[in-house]
Amino acid sequence: MSHLNHFEIFLLFSIVKILIVLVITLLGVAYTVLLERKVLGRLQNRWGPSRVGPFGILQPLVDGLKLFLKEDMMPLAVERPLFILAPIIALGCALISIAVVPFGATTIVDGVDLFQIANLNIGLLVILGVTSIGVYGIALSGWSSNNKYSLFGSLRATAQMISYELALGLSLVGVVLRAGSLSLRDIVASQSAHGALSWNIFGGYQFIAFFIYLMAAYAETNRTPFDLAEAESELVAGYHTEYSSMKFAMFFMAEYANMITVACVATLLFFGGASSPFGHTFDHAAPGLLLTGLISIFWFVAKVFAFLLLYIWVRGTLPRFRYDQLMGFGWKFLLPVAMVNVLATALALSYHS
Amino acid sequence: MEIALFIIFGLLAVAGALNLLFQRHPINSALSLVVVMMSLAVLYWSLGAEFLAAAQVIVYAGAIMVLFVFVVMLLNAGEEDRTHGSRIAYIAGIPGAAAIFCLLSFVFLSERSHLGSTQIGGYLTSAVSNISEVSHALFTSLLLPFEVTSILILVAILGAVVLARKEL
Repeated sequence: MSHLNHFEIFLLFSIVKILIVLVITLLGVAYTVLLERKVLGRLQNRWGPSRVGPFGILQPLVDGLKLFLKEDMMPLAVERPLFILAPIIALGCALISIAVVPFGATTIVDGVDLFQIANLNIGLLVILGVTSIGVYGIALSGWSSNNKYSLFGSLRATAQMISYELALGLSLVGVVLRAGSLSLRDIVASQSAHGALSWNIFGGYQFIAFFIYLMAAYAETNRTPFDLAEAESELVAGYHTEYSSMKFAMFFMAEYANMITVACVATLLFFGGASSPFGHTFDHAAPGLLLTGLISIFWFVAKVFAFLLLYIWVRGTLPRFRYDQLMGFGWKFLLPVAMVNVLATALALSYHS
Repeated sequence: MEIALFIIFGLLAVAGALNLLFQRHPINSALSLVVVMMSLAVLYWSLGAEFLAAAQVIVYAGAIMVLFVFVVMLLNAGEEDRTHGSRIAYIAGIPGAAAIFCLLSFVFLSERSHLGSTQIGGYLTSAVSNISEVSHALFTSLLLPFEVTSILILVAILGAVVLARKEL
């Protein structure tokens, strides 16, 4: 590649990285749906999808095809431009935030980091910002549908997301204080000293922050036990009642892409990202840049997968909150505990330094 | 590259601001304001103030404007009415806005030598962390204004609570 200059190499690598990450994320979304249906089936003592392909492994592809071929209905009374814009905002924001996630050990080839699309020094803030823009997708979908169930669903979802965003943001402050940086690479590097012992959840004493993050993340992604926005027994289907075909599929994909994003953030901030739980003990056993990179990707994917399983497990176990309980829990319990955690972390850090 | 970004997002901000004024429906106006906020964030970023850009997106576009949209949705506000007062505002507003624009540009152009200058995209390549610079300024030289502002906001919050309590 000697005849290409630095910028051309950077551009080529970036395009290839974006394409690969996009395809893998979308495949991950599709197969998370299948995983959820299989695991929920087992939790409820039934089989789950098992007809298409061995163990139902082709089910997501067939589902996607079905959603593509369905009639795209546009109700007469909708606010047309916003009705079309809403699912695009939702899916776009869900997919953008994956761009700053480092999903492997730093592997630099020709001056380009292979395992991260963009290493920003405010990576964590970018994820928070993009998530907060994603609220518009849900808010606008409910309003532009011109349907009272949709409106109720989106009002609930919006109120819930802006309430829990505070607790979510505050729970991350302790980790940022410990790392002294908002760059996700730096945060991962700050936990890489002694393997699992130096991860923020164990060695960093951030387990309270982790549980706050976990609960706020369930609420942010509108998952059970906080899925009031699409409570079937009260609101038909919530904010996407009027949507059909690919527009519905976009909301569906956005929900699962958001799940993957929050799982990635939990992995990066509390579980050492792509670093091995054994630290550098087995580093000599895997020589070569490529093998080290692949092993780090394996650890990252394994941690994210564990979080996704936890999501599904919780969905199969817990009933839905009531609306006032949800708000009370967020404002009166999670937020004060998160503030106390920030104070305690800051005091401990200033005492040790 | 930065010049192109500046032109695109500057034009987008102006277009969003004009659309905010000309739209009849409050939701459309609120969404144009979101476009303005986001374009401003990109402009901050192109000047090298990446923390300010992120704060702009999170606070203005992500929290305050969501609240605006939320309230418009909750009240189910209809289209704006043309009343006698709005016609007066229309007649007086355009010369007023033009006067403020002229005044501001006059001040900025005449005081150009005192304001200093910045390079577009200037600090993006350097290793200086924007956040540590901002927080250092906030907690040393600007500590008193910072604390006074936080007390002001606290008073506003307490006032809102008192007002809401009265109605319960």
